Amino acid sequence: MSKVKIRAEVVSCKEIAEEIFDLVIKAEEIAKEAVCGQFVSLYTRDSATLLPRPISLCGIDKEKGTLRLVYRVVGKGTKEFSGLSEGYYIDVLGPLGNGFELNSERPVIMGGGIGIPPMLRLTKEFSEKGIKKEDISVILGYRDEAFLADEFSEYATVYLTSDSGKIGLKGNVLDAVKEYKISGDMIYACGPTPMLRAIKNYAEENNVKAQISLEERMACGIGACLACVCDSKDIDDHSKVKNKRICKDGPVFYAEEVEI
Amino acid sequence: MNTKVNIAGVELKNPVTVASGTFGSGMEYSEFVDLNLLGAVTTKGVANIPWAGNPAPRIAETHGGMMNAIGLQNPGIDTFCERDIPFLKTKDTKIIVNVCGKSTEDYIEVVEKLADCPVDLLEINVSCPNVKEGGIAFGQDPKALYNITQAIKARAKQPVIMKLSPNVTDITVMAKAAEAAGADAISLINTLTGMKIDIKKRCFAVANKTAGVSGPAIKPIAVRMVYQASHAVKIPVIGMGGIMCADDAIEFIMAGATAVAVGTANFHNPYVTAEIIKGIEAYMQENNVEDINSLIGCVD
Ligand SMILES: Cc1cc2nc3c(=O)[nH]c(=O)nc-3n(C[C@H](O)[C@H](O)[C@H](O)COP(=O)(O)OP(=O)(O)OC[C@H]3O[C@@H](n4cnc5c(N)ncnc54)[C@H](O)[C@@H]3O)c2cc1C
Ligand SMILES: Cc1cc2nc3c(=O)[nH]c(=O)nc-3n(C[C@H](O)[C@H](O)[C@H](O)COP(=O)(O)O)c2cc1C
Ligand code: FES
Repeated sequence: MSKVKIRAEVVSCKEIAEEIFDLVIKAEEIAKEAVCGQFVSLYTRDSATLLPRPISLCGIDKEKGTLRLVYRVVGKGTKEFSGLSEGYYIDVLGPLGNGFELNSERPVIMGGGIGIPPMLRLTKEFSEKGIKKEDISVILGYRDEAFLADEFSEYATVYLTSDSGKIGLKGNVLDAVKEYKISGDMIYACGPTPMLRAIKNYAEENNVKAQISLEERMACGIGACLACVCDSKDIDDHSKVKNKRICKDGPVFYAEEVEI
Repeated sequence: MNTKVNIAGVELKNPVTVASGTFGSGMEYSEFVDLNLLGAVTTKGVANIPWAGNPAPRIAETHGGMMNAIGLQNPGIDTFCERDIPFLKTKDTKIIVNVCGKSTEDYIEVVEKLADCPVDLLEINVSCPNVKEGGIAFGQDPKALYNITQAIKARAKQPVIMKLSPNVTDITVMAKAAEAAGADAISLINTLTGMKIDIKKRCFAVANKTAGVSGPAIKPIAVRMVYQASHAVKIPVIGMGGIMCADDAIEFIMAGATAVAVGTANFHNPYVTAEIIKGIEAYMQENNVEDINSLIGCVD
């Protein structure tokens, strides 16, 4: 699998919820290699802003050669990207990271906040593998405004939760598991660290495996600089110490492999 | 046209290497650049035993650069010799191994293990705290720098480059101390110690509190120090600090560097090293420069 850095043309960019943008770019070389759970690094136009912005793949269209990226405006880089529109160009490096293993017949897919986008592609791939809608459970946790939820409903049984109770169940994704008695043979999760920590504990207590997608600040994005490490349970084969590179060994890990 | 330069008897096909710690041992970047093009590959600092490094977040972005406190995470010299050196030996480029340690003994152990390895040059990172002598970095005290240089030179089989810390009042004092102790070359600059505070979270941006600043924001300081150091000593100087393009590299060479290292720029553009090599050749062609060596220290 080879990675490239290219200048990609923007196909579309629109705001789908407050401060949440849905960007589609033409990136054939990356799209043809990409698998779900991987991410790309986006670069800004500002030459004083050197580091990449890692963004997960929300959609991969191999035929059209496009990637879909959904991101929240939180700072300088994402603010700049929110101003993109059709015909603009953006520098992008990818595909990066390992991706999810689709080794489940009854997946329970959990996304929290801006961790939701990569779960859409995952859900779609399970559906394309022939797994029936009633066997794919998706639990989405929002602050107080939903996005992408209706797209998940095409492929899966969807449960919504929110902190405010404005959408779905008031509470978090694990509250939904209890409330609706959701079960499966593998958990897939992406979201804020406290959520992933709770899911890791839940998975251990309930003897179910979980694949979780982690975040850390990145510099190289390809495994060379050791900026983006997380603690691992055992000594890692590459680093020879108890940590792993999120950009290269991850971002997806089995919950039992990492300490968060 | 000649682009070859000589560092302590080792001939590099061109003056471009990479800055330690920004390029691993080249494996990851070999997907983007043909390592055979590089004058040399300088590897991530390696110690006698594996080091776990610092807690995350280890980096932060700064205006025109970044800061890092990776904490010299490395797999230890034994793994390095078994895995990284054989990989680099498949490439037609010189190998510069960067060495770190917490005590003189640590450094010596690594240098001795490398004695029988097919590597071309050793680069000694003295920006590490000297744990036994109160924790001040070896590279911040001329006497400590002299002593460690001498101890390493007594054991090393390969030529020794001392990599100087810029966090000193007078870089020429340090350059002279390294030279007097027998160093074959010096390289500079390592990162400048900085700090960033996240005012939203009211905490330090990097878990280690202080972190080393690199990238184009530090380039004028680096050029000045390379100029001063190269005029203070006779041994060759490898210049680095914020090189983003061929023009920057040429600036360092004109300031007095025999070779240059590209660091943070790799994170912005993984193809940058190859582009810089091409750019230097283009500059030479356009300006009728027959030999790159004629540019070294040409502004005076
Ligand atoms: C593997 C991975 C996948 C991600 N996927 C998505 C996604 O699909 N959608 C989305 O909205 N966000 C995603 N993020 C988070 C996203 O990278 C940050 O929100 C973004 O980098 C912020 O950049 P900024 O310039 O707007 O913020 P600033 O705060 O100005 O950024 C300053 C620096 O910190 C880094 N940084 C800031 N926040 C984060 C963070 N949470 N994680 C990593 N680096 C950070 C930036 O990259 C930049 O180098 C992902 C992060 C990782 C590691
Ligand atoms: C992420 C990172 C890791 C580094 N690791 C090392 C190291 O292991 N040993 C060392 O001597 N210098 C290390 N450095 C310093 C660089 O080699 C170089 O001296 C410095 O970054 C200035 O060059 P630049 O501005 O081109 O990056 C590191 C720098 C960065 C950014
Ligand atoms: S960002 Fe460099 S190793 Fe992950």
